[in-house]
Amino acid sequence: MLRLDSLSKRFDDTRAVSDLSLEVREGELLSLLGPSGCGKTTTLRMIAGFETPTSGRVLLAGRDVTALPPQRRGVGMVFQSYALFPHLDVFENVAFGLRARGAPAREVAGRVAAALERVDLAGYEKRSVQALSGGQQQRVALARALAPEPPLLVLDEPLSNLDAALRERTRAQLRALLREVGITAVFVTHDQEEAFDLSDRIAVLDHGRLQQLGTPEELYHEPANAFVASFVGHANFLPGRLSNGPGGGDEAEVAEGVRWPVRLTTGIAPGPVRLMVRPEDLRLGPPEERGDGLGARVVDRRFAGASSHYRLRTGQGWELVVATPGAAPHVEGEVVVRLADGAVVHAFPEAP
Amino acid sequence: MKLRVPRGVWWTAAPIILVLFWLVVYPNAFLLRESLAGERGWTLGHYARFLGSASEREALWNSVWLSAASVLGAALVGVPLAFLFTRFDFPGRRLLGGLAALPVLLPPLVGVIAFDFLYGEAGFLARGIQALFGLDSPPWRFTGAWAILVVHAYTMYVYFFMFASAGLARLDPAYAEAGAALGASRARVLRRVTLPLLGPALVGAALLVFMTAMGSFSAPYIFGGGFRVLTTQIYASKLNGDLAMAAVETAVLAAVSLLFLALLQRYESARTYTGASKGTTAAPPRPLRSRGRRIALSALAWVLVGFLLLPHATVLLVSLVPEGTWTTQLFPPVYSLANYRSLFSDPSVAEPLLNSLQMATLATAANLVLAVAAARLLARRSFRGRGLLGALVVLPWALPGTVLAIALASTFSVHQPLAGRFVLVGTFAILPLAYFIRNVPLVTRAALSSFRQLDPTLEEAASVLGASRFTALRRVVIPLVLPGLAAGALLGFVTALGEFVASILLYTPRDRPISIAILSELRAFDFGGAAVYGVLLIAAMALVLLVGYRAVSDGSPRL
Repeated sequence: MLRLDSLSKRFDDTRAVSDLSLEVREGELLSLLGPSGCGKTTTLRMIAGFETPTSGRVLLAGRDVTALPPQRRGVGMVFQSYALFPHLDVFENVAFGLRARGAPAREVAGRVAAALERVDLAGYEKRSVQALSGGQQQRVALARALAPEPPLLVLDEPLSNLDAALRERTRAQLRALLREVGITAVFVTHDQEEAFDLSDRIAVLDHGRLQQLGTPEELYHEPANAFVASFVGHANFLPGRLSNGPGGGDEAEVAEGVRWPVRLTTGIAPGPVRLMVRPEDLRLGPPEERGDGLGARVVDRRFAGASSHYRLRTGQGWELVVATPGAAPHVEGEVVVRLADGAVVHAFPEAP
Repeated sequence: MKLRVPRGVWWTAAPIILVLFWLVVYPNAFLLRESLAGERGWTLGHYARFLGSASEREALWNSVWLSAASVLGAALVGVPLAFLFTRFDFPGRRLLGGLAALPVLLPPLVGVIAFDFLYGEAGFLARGIQALFGLDSPPWRFTGAWAILVVHAYTMYVYFFMFASAGLARLDPAYAEAGAALGASRARVLRRVTLPLLGPALVGAALLVFMTAMGSFSAPYIFGGGFRVLTTQIYASKLNGDLAMAAVETAVLAAVSLLFLALLQRYESARTYTGASKGTTAAPPRPLRSRGRRIALSALAWVLVGFLLLPHATVLLVSLVPEGTWTTQLFPPVYSLANYRSLFSDPSVAEPLLNSLQMATLATAANLVLAVAAARLLARRSFRGRGLLGALVVLPWALPGTVLAIALASTFSVHQPLAGRFVLVGTFAILPLAYFIRNVPLVTRAALSSFRQLDPTLEEAASVLGASRFTALRRVVIPLVLPGLAAGALLGFVTALGEFVASILLYTPRDRPISIAILSELRAFDFGGAAVYGVLLIAAMALVLLVGYRAVSDGSPRL
């Protein structure tokens, strides 16, 4: 449906996007996720046609649209600020795209009504958009973008202007609506939870480069690098040493006599490495059962229903977060941190 | 949002900068050269002549102290009024608060003649006292420094009133509450907390009043008598044909004005306190508990506002007096619409009106073109020369009308096309040109604020919805920008309609504008004839402000 072909964009001396290639399938919901300044908004603006790539191509349904202005791409867009026309009422806002494309008047009324119906705003036609609540404005923006039935919808931080409680509810509605319409959509967000909730696949960007493209599960369980691991979910990082022993290097020495099984990432060599383990892959035990565990002290504990979250300081001075099942008995003081059964730690090259 | 830097930007920026250089900077530079030009080569002789002359020194000193006194007078009227209308609640507060800003409606010259009708030696007050005590001659002559000062305080307190009202409205009430909670009395809170916090607003108003008073010409010209100030000296030097001296005086006046503009801009860019907390709401006006106090305050407000409206009412009343019917009586014995009828029946009465309409229309059309082009550049684009353009569009504001007029008169009186000089003095074109230059800051500022408030993503939204650039312009940009732009252009138009200061130095007898006609009617003691023009100018100004206010308040939504 949408293909980005080694897309790059430079502003003066800064590289906003570097050699980005990815493909969005028909009907797929894909998020561009990353911290601010990672190039995700620039990428979105290149898809919509507001920025011209320095090099590379944008292909829409197999057609090269790189040189086309936004007017002629037919991409629907929901802006972060919604960009509703303040001088037009709800009806005229939603009708704007239809009229701009020269739809006959009879058809306009019907399609506007259908679009408003879909976002649950039937009867709001004559309202001023400025008199609407934030959530309603967001839905008008969505109806306006969907009314011309674009093949592709792009959404720039569509929920960031809503307060937390409303955001969660709106997120669920948005997902249901997009599924129902069956549209292909690309989101931009800096919120990992939002990306997980809304999309089939996620492209994680940092410094203008694609770090990993995959399903939420893949990103969480098989992060390609330390950046993805830390950006998606909580990650505990520890220094370690990859042994080139008889096991062929699938074990790492975490501390003197403590060896944990590792999953290797590409390009890793024996020697000092950066280890990452998720909080729920760690278990706590009484200090007597030292075995292959790390001695640590509980700094802080927070109960969260399904799990309990412990903040620990190990004997080496590292800080670890451990999530234990909520039913597990609480512990205090000195403990031993072990790897949960069947769990692995990830080994990444040492930070340069 | 990042500012876009398209390559073609210089194609619009360069012509605008060139035009402003040619019309604003060049004439003033030329004037400066004139003030330094001797028989052979450069000389400081004219400046020495200026400083050596007792009357010139006196004029300079008079201008300075009179302006300082005007600041004081305007503050003494404006600041208490601001407190009265923002801090206390009483019947009629909103209406009267709006009316208190009305002196804005008086074009400078009309304000001055209204004062003449009211307080002048043949004015209502003097006649009343004369009649009451059976005096042979008027009890006073409304001339000299005091007269000028009264007119200045009356026309310029509005700056203090508006600045202080806005400052009070923005002020976080938590500061005053904190002061009160710490045990300070109300007077102490006012003195130690509220007034210091209002400081920036008051200093801004003070600098503005000082600048305006330095450049004021109408009041000193009409009421000055033997009291000289710089602006009237310039006029006198020009009439006497001593152009070098006029150039020196103008350079001195311009230097003082520019100094104050620089101060003002530094002050405006300095940090101002508004509130520590976000979403500050102003303290609600304090309702007065005692019924008696409420009525007393309301009555006081009515009296004050009535006093402020007297000049308008006077001009209206006098406009109904037919020529030659009002001699020594306290009130005019005859009222009729004759003066208004002659607007339609007597071509010589209608002519100045038509002239001014034509010149103001021309000037405003040019202002609009320049303002839209400059504002689009300033609001959206980043380019080398942006700061220069920004400075050029405010510069005419700092230059008193007298300075501008003298600069134009000396630059555009010879034909040297290669030097960018043409003979415009003595032609119809010179006044529209002067009006255009004087209104550049006003109209450009209105356009700029309209474009700044226009969210650029709205244009993107239109284009992504399939609208062509033209459609986006027609359906999104123009509807959103037009109200503010129209309000600015209309304000510029009525200002040009009543312009006096530059007109009196540049007009040609064949194309007299309204203000010059008012002056000659006044000289011929046809007060009614002069007042009719005044009423028309006030009405035009009121209409424009009303339309502008409505357009800004409900036509164009602000995000």
